[in-house]
Amino acid sequence: MADPHATTDLPNGAAIIRIRGLRNQFGAQVVHDGLDLDVMRGEVIGVVGGSGTGKSVLLRTIVGLNRHAAGSIEVFGQDIDALGDAERRHLQERWGVLFQDGALFSSLTVAQNIQVPLREHTDLGPDMRDEVAALKIHLVGLPPDAAHKFPSELSGGMRKRAGLARALALDPEILFLDEPTAGLDPIGAAAFDRLILDLRDSLGLTVFMVTHDLDSLHTICDRIAVLVDKHVMVGTMRSLLQDTHPWIREYFHGPRARAALEGQPS
Amino acid sequence: METARGWLESSEDGGVWVLRAGGRWVIADAVDLDGQVRAAGPGPGTRTARIDLAAVDSLDTVGAWLIARTMTRWKAEGVAVEVSGASPAHAALLDKVTLCPPAEDDPTGHHPLIAILERAGHGTFQFIAEAKELLAFFGLTVITFGRSIVQPRRFRLTSLLSHVERVGLDAMPIVMLLSLLIGLVLSQQGAFQLQRFGAVDFTVNLVGISMLREIGIVLTAVIIAGRSGSAFTAQIGTMKVNEEVDAMLTLGLDPMELLVLPRLIALMIALPLLCFVADMMGLLGGALYSVFALDMSLEQFLSRLRDVIGPWTFWVGIIKAPVFAFLIAMTGCYHGLKVSGSAESVGLMTTKSVVVSIFMVIVADALFAILFSSFGI
Repeated sequence: MADPHATTDLPNGAAIIRIRGLRNQFGAQVVHDGLDLDVMRGEVIGVVGGSGTGKSVLLRTIVGLNRHAAGSIEVFGQDIDALGDAERRHLQERWGVLFQDGALFSSLTVAQNIQVPLREHTDLGPDMRDEVAALKIHLVGLPPDAAHKFPSELSGGMRKRAGLARALALDPEILFLDEPTAGLDPIGAAAFDRLILDLRDSLGLTVFMVTHDLDSLHTICDRIAVLVDKHVMVGTMRSLLQDTHPWIREYFHGPRARAALEGQPS
Repeated sequence: METARGWLESSEDGGVWVLRAGGRWVIADAVDLDGQVRAAGPGPGTRTARIDLAAVDSLDTVGAWLIARTMTRWKAEGVAVEVSGASPAHAALLDKVTLCPPAEDDPTGHHPLIAILERAGHGTFQFIAEAKELLAFFGLTVITFGRSIVQPRRFRLTSLLSHVERVGLDAMPIVMLLSLLIGLVLSQQGAFQLQRFGAVDFTVNLVGISMLREIGIVLTAVIIAGRSGSAFTAQIGTMKVNEEVDAMLTLGLDPMELLVLPRLIALMIALPLLCFVADMMGLLGGALYSVFALDMSLEQFLSRLRDVIGPWTFWVGIIKAPVFAFLIAMTGCYHGLKVSGSAESVGLMTTKSVVVSIFMVIVADALFAILFSSFGI
């Protein structure tokens, strides 16, 4: 896929996120141990796992919300622990995060929410910021009049779209999504999946997605990382269907998985 | 690979206005590019234009939007525009942003002066509506209260006791400390002024009467409004956000009976007791100052106190306590149940609850003063 950004020195298909020997623990409870994961530029990777296996913890660790006990995480070839404040800020401009319920600032309108990163990281004037906010609102498929609404006036699906618009405000290269389709109806979830795929294709995003939605996994994920036994097993849908690990077998061969698989053209 | 900053060149080529864009068309350079794009309008007399993107290294949504916006503008001026040299990815991005409508103005944005008027009007109506609602809630509380007296079995004793502990016992240290300090300060300031008339002994009258009739109870009520009234709002409000209150309703439980009544009665029990403690500590403060600074003996202080305090002085303060407790608990619970949706609303309502309950306590105190003076006590 052609990449409209090309602002990094990493070629297409190279590891944009590189995790080696990651260890996360809370008190005596070890969540991840010796976890290795490569996320390639331009791919959509889905992270799945049972409750408590640390899917969200992994996401939060990569974006720096959670300190890890051991191991290294490289994003764009830079070790995130070795970064100074300025470099870290620069890194934050290059990724966008969508939290589960959008995590919109409740005292700001949707347009103001999108403008927060613009104010913080760019020197755009107010008119230009309004235009960019309107553009992002259009990109995520919200109606133009959503701009001046407060998060409490939006439905769950619209809040997610607005959160996505804020995550996309600075045209990031990596998009982190925490259960993007949770709590959406199947039609809304399918539309959101299409939106992610569409944005990936037109904006050249790399997408790191924590999900439980088997339909999403089938439809939009290029590869799937399964969290089992404190580390990840990565594969495509096809290869994971052949896997013999008991949890993976149950996950991908359960009745819901079969139903989702039957609904797919491939 | 550090790419060049975004640039734009315009020229006329056989009646066609040609814009050549190149370099990095990204958000970081957007301010500069916006200026360049605005200045690059089609030359006079040209009816067709071409935008050449062959030299563009990187393009993001903002860069694409700048180009798309220019095209839309020129088309509106009757100039035919076409794009050439765009890579497939850039062309796709350009298509994606071209359909974006221009930013809408905020429909609520009026002239600032009108906006102030609008807010004032809105605020007035809201105040009236809330006063009505609070009155309705008062009625509901009284009904629930009455029902629980008729059917005492429905009453939750465990919950009541735990609330009495939280609003009463736990508040004891702060109420004691503050009223002791107020008693000290009051007698010190009073004695300082009374000295000039040679009436230092009247300090005892001042501390005794003002502490028992007014300050003890009002001070305690204000502390409790800030401490427990706000806690009621926050507790019930958080339950409202978590949909716990809705869950209760679907289970056939009455939030008034389960949440409001125990808190209300607990505060009505605790506040008179706290008020009594505050009175005693205030008098102790007065006594300490009189003994140590005014060279009075404790016996002198006490016998003078007994002389100046009438049979009603103490009860005038204590009688007000259950009423203030009712007002504080009712306001706190009302605002808690008014919380809707977001966590922000909890904070807003908590602030409001404290302000309203302190306001009501002081208004009620003034009404009591009128009432008591008409009775001549």
